[in-house]
Amino acid sequence: MDIRALVTSADAWKAQIEKIKIKFDSSIEEIRLPGIYPTDVPIIYVKGNALTELLMFLKTDQILDYQFLSDLTATDEEVQPRFEVVYNLFSHSTKLRIRVKCRVSEGQEVRTATAIWPGANWAEREVWDMFGIRFAGHPSLRRLLMDERWEGHPLRKDYPLRGYQFFQTSQEVDTKNLE
Amino acid sequence: MAKDGAAGFLTTRLEAVVDWGRKNSLWPLPYGTSCCGIEMMATLCSDYDLARFGAEAVRFSPRQADMIIVAGIINAKMAPVLKTIYDQVSDPKWVVSMGACASSGGIFNVYSVTQGIDTIIPVDVYVPGCPPSPEGLINAVMRLQDMIAKGATRAQMRERGSIEQQSQLA
Repeated sequence: MDIRALVTSADAWKAQIEKIKIKFDSSIEEIRLPGIYPTDVPIIYVKGNALTELLMFLKTDQILDYQFLSDLTATDEEVQPRFEVVYNLFSHSTKLRIRVKCRVSEGQEVRTATAIWPGANWAEREVWDMFGIRFAGHPSLRRLLMDERWEGHPLRKDYPLRGYQFFQTSQEVDTKNLE
Repeated sequence: MAKDGAAGFLTTRLEAVVDWGRKNSLWPLPYGTSCCGIEMMATLCSDYDLARFGAEAVRFSPRQADMIIVAGIINAKMAPVLKTIYDQVSDPKWVVSMGACASSGGIFNVYSVTQGIDTIIPVDVYVPGCPPSPEGLINAVMRLQDMIAKGATRAQMRERGSIEQQSQLA
């Protein structure tokens, strides 16, 4: 069945979510269907142990076909578990978007998505830099934006807004990281 | 030599002649990091023509320049780079802090931004504005020329020993 034949995206999403539920029912914590706003998309909260399997399924399944990782980021919710890692996906063939979230507590690792989308590499480095969430299996999990000597993770809610850290010298270049 | 062939002469101090030469041949090093850099480019181009003030020889090498125009936001990761470039410019050197970001951090009072480049390097002229108009930068260059003629810049004061060395300042 061509998913584009469906009249509205809401119907298309419903069919897709049924398909996902059959395969991942035990691993899905919660599904939020889009509200009234035109920019809303369905949000799937998934357990950490099934995250990469779900992402791989969303990418490789013929009908779902979410080949494109539009964005990978995180949020600090200040509840337990503390963080949500967010994957925004887009399908070029169906023109639909979907959002996958994974709740992680402080110090807990998430499995890397670089094997599925190589472009997740820098996005995961940014999440590590800004939130301090480690990605297991990442090829080179270094800070992306801040200085390597920086202490703390600035986008955490408990990081002080004016927590300046200045260095007298530029950070040293590790030649093994150069291509 | 006068027009009728009579020998005329002029007495002056060597320092005054040297400073006259310096102030009319400022070689800028453009350190444009944001929108102020665009205004600096406009100032250097033909409409505003900074060449009228002898400051058109833009050099991207610190060894060949003597006026650093810091035009734009200097974040914490950029600060050591600016310090290194300042150290590489040979004396006497002048610094123009162009715009609110370079002068005080501007609207970016956050963890990642230096609160004014004078926390890293000594500054001679500050240009207010977000971004300043080209007239603002021209005014700063003219003000700097006046300061050089009077010997009131930080580099000249350092030379005379009337202020501390840069290494102790930073």
